[in-house]
Amino acid sequence: MSDLRRRVASWDVLVVLLTVVVLVTAAGVVENFGTSRNATFLVLDLLPIALVALPMTLIIVTGEIDLSVASTLGLCSAVMGLLWNNGLSLESIIGICVLLGAVLGVVNGFLVTALGLPSLAVTIGTLALYRGLAFVVLGDGAVADFPLAFTGWVTGTIGGTPIPNVGIPLVVLAVLFGVALHATPFGRSLFAIGANAQAAHFSGIRVARTTFWLYVLSGAVAGLAGVLWTLRYSSARADNGAGLELAVVAAVLLGGVSIFGGKGTLPGVLAGVVLLAALQNALRLEDVSGQALNIVTGVLLVASVLLPNIATSIRTSWQRRRLRRAAAQ
Amino acid sequence: MSSLATAPAAALQGLLRARELGIVLALAALVAYTAAGNPRFLSGQSIRDILLNTAILAVMAAGQAVVVITRNIDLSVGSVLAVSAFGVATLMSANPSLPIVVALLAGLAVGAACGLLNGVLVRYGRVPALVVTLGTLYIYRGVTYSWAGGQQVNADELPPHFLRFANDSILGVPWLVLIAVVVIGGVSLMMRNYRLGREMYAMGSSPQAAELAGIRVARNTIGAFLLSGALAGLAGVLFAARFGTVDAAAGTGYELNVVAAVVVGGVAVFGGSGTVWGAGLGALLLTVIGSALAVLDINQFWQQAIVGALIVLAIGADRLVAVRIAGSLRKRDSHV
Repeated sequence: MSDLRRRVASWDVLVVLLTVVVLVTAAGVVENFGTSRNATFLVLDLLPIALVALPMTLIIVTGEIDLSVASTLGLCSAVMGLLWNNGLSLESIIGICVLLGAVLGVVNGFLVTALGLPSLAVTIGTLALYRGLAFVVLGDGAVADFPLAFTGWVTGTIGGTPIPNVGIPLVVLAVLFGVALHATPFGRSLFAIGANAQAAHFSGIRVARTTFWLYVLSGAVAGLAGVLWTLRYSSARADNGAGLELAVVAAVLLGGVSIFGGKGTLPGVLAGVVLLAALQNALRLEDVSGQALNIVTGVLLVASVLLPNIATSIRTSWQRRRLRRAAAQ
Repeated sequence: MSSLATAPAAALQGLLRARELGIVLALAALVAYTAAGNPRFLSGQSIRDILLNTAILAVMAAGQAVVVITRNIDLSVGSVLAVSAFGVATLMSANPSLPIVVALLAGLAVGAACGLLNGVLVRYGRVPALVVTLGTLYIYRGVTYSWAGGQQVNADELPPHFLRFANDSILGVPWLVLIAVVVIGGVSLMMRNYRLGREMYAMGSSPQAAELAGIRVARNTIGAFLLSGALAGLAGVLFAARFGTVDAAAGTGYELNVVAAVVVGGVAVFGGSGTVWGAGLGALLLTVIGSALAVLDINQFWQQAIVGALIVLAIGADRLVAVRIAGSLRKRDSHV
């Protein structure tokens, strides 16, 4: 019973419920929200954030952070444009870009694990570095003449359903990450590292190696997100995805992952991503300025940590009062 | 015994001093190299521009340095700048007769209110500073956008004395630069010589120990955020006066530059070490790099990449110093 209550009261379950409520309400209240065309756009909009949020969840669960993801996305997009201008085939370009993302992740992982530098500072540094390199590669121009076969596939849908084709890699990756985090020893080791890295080290977990590969993974997924972003808007630009890292971190924290590590679920994070995207989409359909939505994002982000804290302190003060009353009797 | 105890302390201080010395040397080398390539780099106008551009960043870096020294971070400064800049610009265009002092005080007050909210949420809400200020980064920016509603305040709507303030000098020193120097000097002094400042270093070194030692951690934490907010608000006024045209996007992404200046300036991200004037030097170095690239005719796009590389280099150097200090302390302990 108390386990059930704790489960219902936990933040990630609340976010899932809140997301369902928002989706249902928006479909009922907001004109055109429930249309299949809008559903397609909704999935396309949340795709890059959802993709990057998957490895980000794993990284934050271990108590680290990767703020360079959006810049990795931008640099991969810029390189994609450069290589396309130089006449490489798009198939090989896509491979190269994902690989490039992984290499950028290697740099982060090396700095964080081999040199022992704080990940927050390192990835703020590489955030600037990778974005700067993106501008060095492509300047402020754009490459837009990607073949329709590819751009059409990204924006296209599966058969007659409103689900876009790119939903397939997203779902596959989400399942892979979810299983890895919640159903394998590897996933348990991530929670152990996040709860206490030193204790994890002494219980035989290779902390540095695990963290290193998480950064490589994060870079590779950000590279893939860069490829899909470029194809979706049919435009390779150095500033693609600028500021996306904050949206991703916001979604992950909103989904109930603790910034201190050791706590969080992938379904919660995905709900957080959908919640933010659905709110944005619904408000845009209602002609509310997208920037005013910033307020909602910020309030939800702070509330995601504040409300559970308040709930805990109320519960402890009740318990204390009950104990005191018991002691008085 | 006491001489034995002070010797490593002096060595430690020497190393820390070397940290700021490193920035000064890098700065000197960069200026010398650039001036050799193009002597106009050292012309009065060029130096003036660099200092004016540094002023806004340095004022924000001073507040950020204090927050980072207490082992927190304030990512909301760019958005606070926007609230303040837009608010003050609106105020001045509606009441053109108001003196500059009122504008400065209004900016400080708006910023302080924003910072107070950050500090209260961090301390009493027990929400990590990164989460709070990431949230308020969005909130303050969103408030500014809703308030502005797509409008902007143009230079011709602002009273002339307000715009002149950004270019006027007193004894040859521009007001903006003077304000930045006073802020950096004042906050440095507070952190170095006063009890409040030393308590903040102690909090950053070990929050639990500070609490147990009877330091009023709550007051100081909120104070640090209040200061950072107020200085970002002040920077907003300077921004409005310097650029004249203010819209809701003012200062977008500034938080990154400010954190970069602080980190490059030798303030450790995990708190407890570094100086405010080091952060000021960091701000100067970042600005000089930007100007030097332009003067040397190097692609401007390199600037951000160089800043990024510099951040990584700076924290790498800090790590090296920390490892060496730990090593020397361990050696000393083994002799005792």
